[in-house]
Amino acid sequence: MNAERPIVDENVSRTELKTAVADAPLQHNHPDSLPPALETTVVKSWKAPIAFGIFSIIAILLFVVFGREGTSGFRLSTDSDFFQIPTIQAPTRATGIVLTVLLVALAAYSAFLVSRSRPVRLWVTVVFAVLFLVGFLTWASAGATIPVPGLLVGAVGLSVPLVFGALGGVISERVGVVNVAIEGQLLAGAFVSAIVASVTGQPVLGLLSAMAAGVLVSFVLAAFSIKYFVDQVIVGVVLNVLVTGLTSFLYSQVLSKNTELLNNSGTIRLPRLPIPGLSEIPILGPVLFRQTIIVYILYIAVAVVFFALFKTRWGLRLRAVGEHPQAADTVGINVARTRFWNVSLAGAIAGLGGAYFTMGSVGSFNKEMTAGAGFIALAAVIFGRWDPIRATLAALLFGFASNLQSVLSIIGSPVPSEFMLMLPYLVTIFAVAGVVGRVRGPAASGKPYIKS
Amino acid sequence: MSQPTVPPVDSGPPVASPPAKPDASTPEPRWHGVMREIVGGSAMISVLAVVLAMLAGGILIALTDDKVSAAAGYFFARPGDLVKAVWDSVSGAYTALFQGAVYNFRRPGFIAGIKPLTETLTFATPLIAAGLGVGLAFRVGLFNIGGRGQMLIAAACAGWVSWSFELPYGLHLILAVAAGIIGGALWGGIVGLLKARTGAHEVIVTIMLNFVALYLISFMLKTPGLLQAPGSNNPKTPAALPTAVFPDLLGPQFNLHWGFIFVIAATVYVWYLLNRSNLGFQFRAVGENPNAARVAGISVNKMYIYAMLFSGGLVGLAGVAQVLGTVTTGFSSGIDAGIGFDAITVALLGRSKPWGIFFAGILFGAFKAGGFAMQASEGIPIDIVVVIQSLIVLFIAAPPLVRAVFRLPKPSGISLRRPRTSTAAVTK
Repeated sequence: MNAERPIVDENVSRTELKTAVADAPLQHNHPDSLPPALETTVVKSWKAPIAFGIFSIIAILLFVVFGREGTSGFRLSTDSDFFQIPTIQAPTRATGIVLTVLLVALAAYSAFLVSRSRPVRLWVTVVFAVLFLVGFLTWASAGATIPVPGLLVGAVGLSVPLVFGALGGVISERVGVVNVAIEGQLLAGAFVSAIVASVTGQPVLGLLSAMAAGVLVSFVLAAFSIKYFVDQVIVGVVLNVLVTGLTSFLYSQVLSKNTELLNNSGTIRLPRLPIPGLSEIPILGPVLFRQTIIVYILYIAVAVVFFALFKTRWGLRLRAVGEHPQAADTVGINVARTRFWNVSLAGAIAGLGGAYFTMGSVGSFNKEMTAGAGFIALAAVIFGRWDPIRATLAALLFGFASNLQSVLSIIGSPVPSEFMLMLPYLVTIFAVAGVVGRVRGPAASGKPYIKS
Repeated sequence: MSQPTVPPVDSGPPVASPPAKPDASTPEPRWHGVMREIVGGSAMISVLAVVLAMLAGGILIALTDDKVSAAAGYFFARPGDLVKAVWDSVSGAYTALFQGAVYNFRRPGFIAGIKPLTETLTFATPLIAAGLGVGLAFRVGLFNIGGRGQMLIAAACAGWVSWSFELPYGLHLILAVAAGIIGGALWGGIVGLLKARTGAHEVIVTIMLNFVALYLISFMLKTPGLLQAPGSNNPKTPAALPTAVFPDLLGPQFNLHWGFIFVIAATVYVWYLLNRSNLGFQFRAVGENPNAARVAGISVNKMYIYAMLFSGGLVGLAGVAQVLGTVTTGFSSGIDAGIGFDAITVALLGRSKPWGIFFAGILFGAFKAGGFAMQASEGIPIDIVVVIQSLIVLFIAAPPLVRAVFRLPKPSGISLRRPRTSTAAVTK
């Protein structure tokens, strides 16, 4: 429609249209009513250089001025690996100084780019983030050793449900239905899969039932928002509460009285399936290829959703319904049916993510065990700008950050653990305010389509 | 009214909202409107929604009851047993709920009997305050999920003032309340500021600030000199000084405190703000259509900041009511008690209108008070209350569904309007 399509562009608000869309995040009814002259208006956005500058100052303070002495270790392989890589030892302060210099250089480079009215590419941000992270890890682990594979394995584990939830959210919102009910879908999937897997002893049935449970929640969301035109956010919020109440009630009333049969962690938990060969790759092997079947399904799901959404007729129709339902209707696409079945599909994917809580990690169901993961997944959807790959990366970031805290508190970090726990959320606010900025979702998302 | 959608927006000319200068409408059609409203409209729908939700809750209680499932085992031998078991479990539960929420006939005397009702109002106090905050944000088209964080910060601010200073009665209380409201307002205002300045999505920012506030308060609670009670190792604050505590409203035998009066005042104020003031008009204009509002010369960004300040302040009042009214002996990081999220359902049930939220808050307060009594006496987990509450909101949000269930006629003369999506804010 205009220069702000969320699929393609990297730095949406960087240049054009900044003033035009500045105050219009709520309504996108008339995107083409913007005067065309504005599209060529070049407004320099100093957000990225300013953000880089702030982080560079933090780096200078933390790594150089208050730098810690000693050496930092990074253990790169686990004991069971085929190839053993020696632990890397780096002098803390010297490494910090080198990294700080690089960070300042990158910040200066981005400022240079903006002053020339050129966009700051994504890779600059990524490199900056990675360098800062390495610097921080080095600083925090002075005199200790960080088990890198352990850090990453835990991060993947925490990310899996987030990625599933985010994929569900992307599909649902792309077809035009806001999915705030991800939390409910995750929780329903966790609950039902635990019972089914425990009673039948069949993991496959457990996974299928988790998908069915997610679909069931989606049915309610779809029925209310598509048939009865109820505000989708309201249905989503209420569904979360409903599923939370329902599962907690049934847990206290039924599950906790008969744990042996209904909530038996012995039969629920899935075994890890190392992939021969691939699982022996240093670092990557233990992290990616010594996982449960759910995680392997996840890899496939991310790829399939991305491909299907952007390369198939199904995806084109889905996006058309989400962007401009009237136009889609005009060319003969049944808007209500497309929305209904794709929201159901989104529920199935999110439900599968819920199964990871019980079958993949904990092994039994607990009250409110998703603990807000659905909301984090929702944040990942928006953070990832309604793109499956970006949303996956955002979810991985959240998972990594929360696991980083627990690893650092084990090796004894100089920062109080509360501040480490806070970090991912602060970084997200920073990213949303500074880097992502004004994002635009599918135009018709959240709006019921009433055929006239 | 009959449009099947959208509580957040003050939709059209419903009778429920105070008459906003009905232009040239003669009394007669309006009276017709009232009649239609009662028979097929929102009042009836609300009652029926409550009935439906209670019915569903009853089914759930019966299905999970041990005696019922035992009686179901020999259903064909003695079907009467099953009916009796179902009746016993459901009526027992709802009787306990009523006696815990409104009036307990088993206790001697009026004072002891009416105590549950005052408990209901005590539980309702923070729910109404926080509901007003969330509802006000809804009206501006903002979705404030950050009630938890705003309540925690407000509780910390109010609590700190309540035990750190020695001031005379009255002044101390007012200062503590003001500190809490300002704390909540600033925490909410961050969201508005970020949204206005950088376009950051308020849903993300409020969710994230919830966690930030939680960890910030947890850190302060275990750091001596900040919020931790001196000479203690527990993450708990000192008790509030008596000068800063809300006085009892109906005497020492009841828990109801003056916070309830503050909340009534807040309801009146929000009603005035939204329906009578210039600022409220701009709020609503932005909520209905930000583009149109901007064209009309309203600074949308400024409205976002103001709205989040007000919203955070009102949610903050809920935190204040918790620490100065309900839990005055020192609190920990669970002081918000999930009220920040309950407030969303309260605001939805009240259709984001001040008095609607007020009564929705009292209803949910009754469920909470009754739910604890039910859990204690009948052994039914309080989570059933959450189920019933969410079902009520769900049914009320979809009048056609309720009408279909009860075979009510569709109120005539009301066309199916294209629903507005004030909370499309979530997608952006």
